[in-house]
Amino acid sequence: MHSDFAIRTNGLTKAFGKTRAVDGIDLTVTAGTVYGVLGPNGAGKTTTIRMLTTLLPPDAGSAEVFGHDVVREAETVRGLISLTGQFASVDDTLTGRQNLNLLARLTGYSRAVARQRAVELLGAFDLADAGDRMVRTYSGGMQRRLDIAASVLSAPRLIFLDEPTAGLDPRSRNQVWDAVRTVVAGGTTVLLTTQYLEEADQLADRIAVIDNGEVIAEGTPGELKASVGGGAVHVRLLDATQRQFAEQVLTRVLGAPVRPDPDPARLSVSASDPGRAGEALTALTAAGVAVADFSLGQPSLDEVFLTLTAGPAGIATGAEVNAV
Amino acid sequence: MSTVSKAPAPVAALDAILRTLERPQPPGALSATLTLAWRAAIKAKNTAVEQLFDAMMMPIVFLLIFNYLFGGAFAGSTDNYLQVFLPGVLVMAAVMQTMATGHTISLDIAKGIYDRFRSMPFWQPASLVGTMVTDLGRYLVTLTLTAVLGLALGFRPGAGAVGLVLAMLLILAFAFAFAWIFTTISLLVRSPDSIQAQSMLLMAVVFCSNIFVESSTMPGWIRAIVDVNPISHLSTAVRGLVHGTVTAGQIGLVALSIGILLVVFGPLTMVLYRKRKNG
Repeated sequence: MHSDFAIRTNGLTKAFGKTRAVDGIDLTVTAGTVYGVLGPNGAGKTTTIRMLTTLLPPDAGSAEVFGHDVVREAETVRGLISLTGQFASVDDTLTGRQNLNLLARLTGYSRAVARQRAVELLGAFDLADAGDRMVRTYSGGMQRRLDIAASVLSAPRLIFLDEPTAGLDPRSRNQVWDAVRTVVAGGTTVLLTTQYLEEADQLADRIAVIDNGEVIAEGTPGELKASVGGGAVHVRLLDATQRQFAEQVLTRVLGAPVRPDPDPARLSVSASDPGRAGEALTALTAAGVAVADFSLGQPSLDEVFLTLTAGPAGIATGAEVNAV
Repeated sequence: MSTVSKAPAPVAALDAILRTLERPQPPGALSATLTLAWRAAIKAKNTAVEQLFDAMMMPIVFLLIFNYLFGGAFAGSTDNYLQVFLPGVLVMAAVMQTMATGHTISLDIAKGIYDRFRSMPFWQPASLVGTMVTDLGRYLVTLTLTAVLGLALGFRPGAGAVGLVLAMLLILAFAFAFAWIFTTISLLVRSPDSIQAQSMLLMAVVFCSNIFVESSTMPGWIRAIVDVNPISHLSTAVRGLVHGTVTAGQIGLVALSIGILLVVFGPLTMVLYRKRKNG
């Protein structure tokens, strides 16, 4: 059974007690692409991955991986995927080499091939020197790289990465990103969850934003950015206490409400007309508002995210931002 | 914002590896089990001394206390008692160890790597059976040391070394099956705090057997319990094997117990293992 879709879910649902961790999620992931699932802690990202990787049976709805049902054809699905869990899915009391050896043997490689794969992958993931050290002694970045090495070992068609760069420093994060890009270039489909918009923006071809177990937006990074309006004026105030005053001026001149922002010194307002933006700056200066920074640009995914998770209307001024 | 990163050397190497990778057929059940037994052995090696200490403490203490304090009262002389009691201590030493197996597994499967195991297409019981196979080695070491101590104290098996070896093999087979009770319990009761209670319960089951004294000396109601306890059947068969008086019926009862334990607690453990919510 061939399918152009690496993943297709239909009303996928899972409840724990009264909490609906995943509440009717529909996802379609095209084979060969990177799909980002973006959401705050507790949004249902990990639960979704656990259902897709056959670890958890759904309460309702269905999910297919390359056309195979994750419940009825769990064994087939397991033969096509590989999972890098949120918490290291390697054994920290074994060495890196022992981990790769073990997983290679469990994948079905012969003893000799398994040993060779372990050596190759340790080298490719910059772990050759640490290969015979216990994983417990590895840095977070090294553990993650080993984890991903373990995931590509079985030549899966689909790799799940659950928050692959959580807690990593920028250098390690870039190494993980490079590894993901390389894997994808080889034709493997990747589904990754993340809380970092930059990560989704950097890696994903399409993004689903989920919150409270539901998909609240879906599209390419560009589409999501466009969905909150074209460009935006960003103002950073020298003095955050002038915020209210500045909000009034901007709303008057630009005719649009100021978007909620966790930073009191930062204001963003939709504005597609650069001329109006110029007027806004003049008006602020004339009104005596001290401006530290003023720019006109595309909205960032951060804004998209905050806007989307702020409330149903998305742009309700002053709405509680409970997603961060 | 979007920077195109130049592929560094390791990435080029990864690309080259990915091109050559081809997914093989999943391993067979035996191969998967042995691979996971290898993992368990590496892990056990790290704590071998502590484990051995734990494993040996109980048989040594019981052997010395029961033999020298109670042996005279139980069997007329300590030497007479040792001939009957040592096979029982062997049984107890192995059976008590099976609880540690359940405990080890319950701690182990909380680790992230079990998520990976569960999402791979190999024979799933191997994840647990591997550890259980490795633990057979641990039981064997305990049995051997206990037997050596017994021989040093004056235990003389009527059927010689062969009888002793066969008895130990029977104990190992039974312990492997009995361990599934504790894998089931450790999956049901997720808190390791219950170890004390489990240990007392197991102790009670061990005492309600003919390990220490013959059931013929007991009042009828307790004798009824002791006589159906599979641990009694095992220690009867083990005594028979070491002293050359074993009957086919005695071995048959033990085989039946092993079969029932495996058929009931094996699948039960696996269902619980697969259902476990978080890794």
